[in-house]
Amino acid sequence: MGAAVLEKNQTDFAIPPQELAECLQAFNIRPAEYDLILAGLGRAPNLNELAMFSVLWSEHCCYKHSKHLLKTLPTEGACILQGPGENAGVISVGNDVDGKPLAIAFKIESHNHPTAVEPFQGAATGVGGILRDIFTMNARPIASLNALRFGPFAESATTSKEIAQRNQQLLRGAVNGIGHYGNCVGVPTIGGEIFIDPNFSGNPLVNAMGIGLIMGDTTLPSLGILASGAKGVGNPVVYVGAETGKDGMGGAAFASKELSSQSAKDRPAVQVGDPFLEKLLIEACLEAFATGFIVAGQDMGAAGLTCSGAEMSAKGGVGMTIDLDKVPAREPNMLPHEYLLSESQERMLLVVERGKEAEVMALFHRWGLAACVVGEVVAEPRLKFFHHGQCVADVPPALLTDDAPLYPEAIDPSEPDSLRVIREKQWDETAYPDLTVADIGDWLKKMLASPNIAFPTGVFHGYDRHVRNNTVLSSENNASGVIRLRDTQGRLTGKALAATVDGRSREIYLNAYEAAKGTVAESARNLACVGATPLAVTNNLNFGDPEKPEPYYHIAQSVRGMKDACLALNTPVTGGNVSLYNERGGATDSTKGSQAILPSPVIGMVGVMNISEEAPPITPRLKEPGLILCLLGQLAPAFGGGEYQWLRTGQLFGEPPTVDLALEKRLIDLLPTLQPVVKAMQDVSSGGVLTSLTEMTFPPALQPATPVFQGVSIDVEAVKVQASSISRLDQLLLADTHGSVLVACDSDKLATLKAQCKAATIPLAVIGQTVEDPTLTLTLNEQSHSWPLEELYTIYATTGPLSPAHEECAS
Amino acid sequence: MARLRIGVVRFPGSNCEQDCLEFFNDPEWADAYGVSAEYLWHQSGTIDAGIDAVILPGGFSYGDTLRSGALASLSPILRAVKEVAAQGKPVLGICNGFQMLTESGLLPGALQLNRQGGFLCEAVALTLENRSTFFTQGYSASTGTEEAPLVLPIAHAEGNYTADEATLEALHVNNQVVFQYTSDINGSAGNIAGICNKPGNVLGLMPHPERALYPTATTTADGRKLFESLLQHLSSHTLAPCSFLSK
Repeated sequence: MGAAVLEKNQTDFAIPPQELAECLQAFNIRPAEYDLILAGLGRAPNLNELAMFSVLWSEHCCYKHSKHLLKTLPTEGACILQGPGENAGVISVGNDVDGKPLAIAFKIESHNHPTAVEPFQGAATGVGGILRDIFTMNARPIASLNALRFGPFAESATTSKEIAQRNQQLLRGAVNGIGHYGNCVGVPTIGGEIFIDPNFSGNPLVNAMGIGLIMGDTTLPSLGILASGAKGVGNPVVYVGAETGKDGMGGAAFASKELSSQSAKDRPAVQVGDPFLEKLLIEACLEAFATGFIVAGQDMGAAGLTCSGAEMSAKGGVGMTIDLDKVPAREPNMLPHEYLLSESQERMLLVVERGKEAEVMALFHRWGLAACVVGEVVAEPRLKFFHHGQCVADVPPALLTDDAPLYPEAIDPSEPDSLRVIREKQWDETAYPDLTVADIGDWLKKMLASPNIAFPTGVFHGYDRHVRNNTVLSSENNASGVIRLRDTQGRLTGKALAATVDGRSREIYLNAYEAAKGTVAESARNLACVGATPLAVTNNLNFGDPEKPEPYYHIAQSVRGMKDACLALNTPVTGGNVSLYNERGGATDSTKGSQAILPSPVIGMVGVMNISEEAPPITPRLKEPGLILCLLGQLAPAFGGGEYQWLRTGQLFGEPPTVDLALEKRLIDLLPTLQPVVKAMQDVSSGGVLTSLTEMTFPPALQPATPVFQGVSIDVEAVKVQASSISRLDQLLLADTHGSVLVACDSDKLATLKAQCKAATIPLAVIGQTVEDPTLTLTLNEQSHSWPLEELYTIYATTGPLSPAHEECAS
Repeated sequence: MARLRIGVVRFPGSNCEQDCLEFFNDPEWADAYGVSAEYLWHQSGTIDAGIDAVILPGGFSYGDTLRSGALASLSPILRAVKEVAAQGKPVLGICNGFQMLTESGLLPGALQLNRQGGFLCEAVALTLENRSTFFTQGYSASTGTEEAPLVLPIAHAEGNYTADEATLEALHVNNQVVFQYTSDINGSAGNIAGICNKPGNVLGLMPHPERALYPTATTTADGRKLFESLLQHLSSHTLAPCSFLSK
């Protein structure tokens, strides 16, 4: 590694010419990039400086392969207070009872590579990092969600016992890490999704989304939303939080490399988190920000002090001098590059109004936190670091950030033939004939036992979902998370925030454009189903090596699909995160070469709703007999990428379900208005109409009472009418679709419901009713088949990820 | 007329203190009972004589260093809490607060790791075994029974109540067991979820009543009566007749 070279040359940090090539390789800097550095500096960089470029010019920090695509996403909208470019996006959600503005800061971020190497700390620090991005904006963190992608934990033809056990260990470690961090820091984990596929064996994905509430203070600039641009020449730069250690060295650069068997040696690049310290930091920072004396702030996350110093200076159009001798260090005799690159967690860099630093630091000291002046803002746009009185790095901040190299046109954007062949492959009707109604039950049971559908009780009971006492809906309700918003006095505002995360990795692989639209539409439907109006999006783009044709095509098409959907649904993008180079197998199996993960853009979406005890959010749960079941929207199920296709054929091919964005928009506008009319509502998602409907009959999870099941009786002919072009029963009932929602209402409300749907140009079909008998009954051609719900529920509730059954196998 | 004052102790790492504070400061309660809540700081060695009751909230005080509640039990504020308890004023410890009460000896026994290991966040059914404490006298006789248990959320990794046989026996004889799980949740001896001291003014429990104040799809409102009981007790004992009594 470059560190070895650095340690050899600690006198003048000059790079010996004969070691330059080795150094550039170690730092992952291309010769052409080195030339840019030479030109920008007007001289050769020293080792410290080269190390700084190495991390800030990594994909993780400067998006060099994705920025030109990200720029095409819609970022404007009436609710947007802060779009992409700051630590987190901020949207307005209206006013509290006194008319004071309420704003929401939110963002999603990945911690994939660290999790692959050290799952507990990797996932935990993912949560810690995103929460720091949130409270850095002066927002009190109020909720978090996560999206997980792991390899299978059950042994199979494609997954050896050894790999299955490793997957299980990784998943358990990551879940424990997320729970440990979130629970301790006191932020409820209100939602999340888990997707299991062999493609993620060895390269799991952990995306964490943080949400914070900003109590708009009209006496402060920008309502008190804290920006990161340094301002005010002569203002002190204050370091607060944990001491700087050698952990996480070069983590950002590490995240921009493919994983290999060598990655275990990168373990020092995985940071160690301390949620207790983070909790103190949250309280102390929010108190400090409330003084109005903090000019700018940024957490020290990826690329640590280097990144914060460079970005804060560049955004403010100023420079900074920082004395590394003043930085609190965890161990003695640390070298300059170790200070510069350390990714030690729970640290913040603040620019404080001159003369107020003592008062501000006292606030941190009261919470037992280190806080000290380490430098000052200077007029000349140079970022200078001093060590033992010597200037050890001197770089124009913008050269590190704004002027980072971009590679926009490297690859042909047309669909690679390898992907086209898979997408155009047809369903083999002979090998996989249609099912009869009688067979449907067996396949439904297989679907309910799939790790992608079964309820992950063992995961969710490890997350504190209720701390802060505002959780109205969370994972146990099988719906979007909903949290009440309170004002500065802690009074309920009558408003609630709804949030969801969604990803459709297999469908993206088959048709990234269509499935990216579908992911955004699904998020919006999920929010609308609980009664919220979708407002804005944060995205996490998890892909393979962008310098290869397939991953690049997936990235480009995903962003295009997201763009079109976000425009159509009026949900602008406020920022997000890019995680590329998610590949595996390169070094472990040299014959096959490395393989990209399933492309996995993840959407985090937030919406707002009014809420009261009399008008609670709608849940998916059916609770009484005699209700009319309706299917709203357009049923257009397709096999491609669905769980049924995977279970039935073990393959991934064909077209995924298509998305009619105009219909989706009408649907999400209509659904929140149905609250007074309907008793239950659920989006048709993974596993199609039948799986989604069956889930509605189940009791909520993690409750003490003996489960009560609400029987349903469905007229399959009536479902068919909604999808006239579909001839196969399995496709109709078990294949995924977009644009469809299941709704239950009292019989005397049906006329109103029909009228509202008609006015909104949303098709409605009555497909059945809830019944006394606790069974699922399907009727077709005057023949009925029934399955006891208790049996279906037992499968659903006991086979999910981290269920006791799997835990025993793996231990 | 003096207002009722509830002190909620804030330790580094507490994370349920705001939930407790918000409840008492909600206008519904603040006006009806003339109550307000305020934070007490962990480093304070005294508690103002005007404080009528103290709450030790849930969370991870001092980062759970050593054991949950171990360092908190040695903090300056806990010395003051002991004095408040000795005066007979109500002291309520929820979750991590319960752990502090056992660590500091205000309540007997100890809370170990859940037997199955790991954190448990779920709703649990509870029976009410002592209806005469300051915190439970408001519950109607028909609630908290085997047939109609209270349902409250738990969220802990160390809630497995343990004590020696003699202590367990004494708890039962002295009517100090206040809440019991209706089934084995975390390995607690005798399914104990909450206990009080002999005089009944100090209560510790693992479930979170402050998270069960408004009925939603995730929770009941079964925690409400606990705080109502406390306020009714305080109103009737420390104040001249208050408007709510005539309601």
